[in-house]
Amino acid sequence: MQRVAIIRFPGSNCDEDTLRAAARAGTDAYYVWHRDTDLKGADVVLIPGGFSYGDYLRAGAIARFSPAMAAVQRHAAEGGGVLGICNGFQILCEAHLLPGALMRNARLTFVSKPALVTVENTRTLFTAGFEPGAPLRLPVAHGDGRYVADAETLARLEGEGLVVLRYARSEDANPNGSMNDIAGIANPEGNVVGIMPHPERAADPALGPADGAPFFTAIAAPAAAASTPNAATT
Amino acid sequence: MTYRVHVRVMPRGGLLDPQGQAVEHALSSLGFGGARDVRIGRAIELELDAPGPGEAEQRAREMCDRLLANPVTEDYELEVEAR
Repeated sequence: MQRVAIIRFPGSNCDEDTLRAAARAGTDAYYVWHRDTDLKGADVVLIPGGFSYGDYLRAGAIARFSPAMAAVQRHAAEGGGVLGICNGFQILCEAHLLPGALMRNARLTFVSKPALVTVENTRTLFTAGFEPGAPLRLPVAHGDGRYVADAETLARLEGEGLVVLRYARSEDANPNGSMNDIAGIANPEGNVVGIMPHPERAADPALGPADGAPFFTAIAAPAAAASTPNAATT
Repeated sequence: MTYRVHVRVMPRGGLLDPQGQAVEHALSSLGFGGARDVRIGRAIELELDAPGPGEAEQRAREMCDRLLANPVTEDYELEVEAR
């Protein structure tokens, strides 16, 4: 059974939902406190949403220096899977595990609603279970979700197909004004992914649509991983 | 020597600053129609012991590069003042 560490920071608030979604998918999921330096043999690390350190200074700026994040950096460098959701995405950008940054939403308001996104990159550890172009309806809940990067980085993300999720290109689908309607990106190896939408909030059919469940079932069945591109659409 | 370091962090020019825009609109509705290009950043002050002002500035720059400013989206200026 895949061991999945959910990192908890002071101010994390999606940790329980994330653990439940990972466990429900058939993984051995457990918490790792941010002051721990040991990921306890994790195959995959999930960094949940919330407001680590109250979003002081910048969202994710302080959490990124937590002792557990040094272990996450090593885990990622060794090819281990890391998924950052919402505040987790912000932390991964601050930690330079992913390029760019997440800034205050263009319309300033905190946005909490279902968002339509499409899966554009199915070669990552976490999206291997989707068909390319699959439309998903996933909850978003953030105040700082506007993805920005310099022109060169943006061109590289697009050129190498590293955009994982994109808000549907219909009017008003982009909730935060992110560049190129980006909702999530991956590193070139496909083992580190950051997304603003919350798949853990749409992972149990008893509670509504479960469009987010494949993010977690992909972790449970690592044969469908990034190392076997396009082999995982079964 | 003890130094007081004043750091000014601003959103990089060219990036949308929605807070600045909202304040600009508010100023305009208060009758301050002439206010343009409002931008909102953050000021940080700290005290620091260092052998000289050059070392204090060097140390403060390292703090900005690592934590106080985000090199992707922000620029910073700093001033070092002897106490």
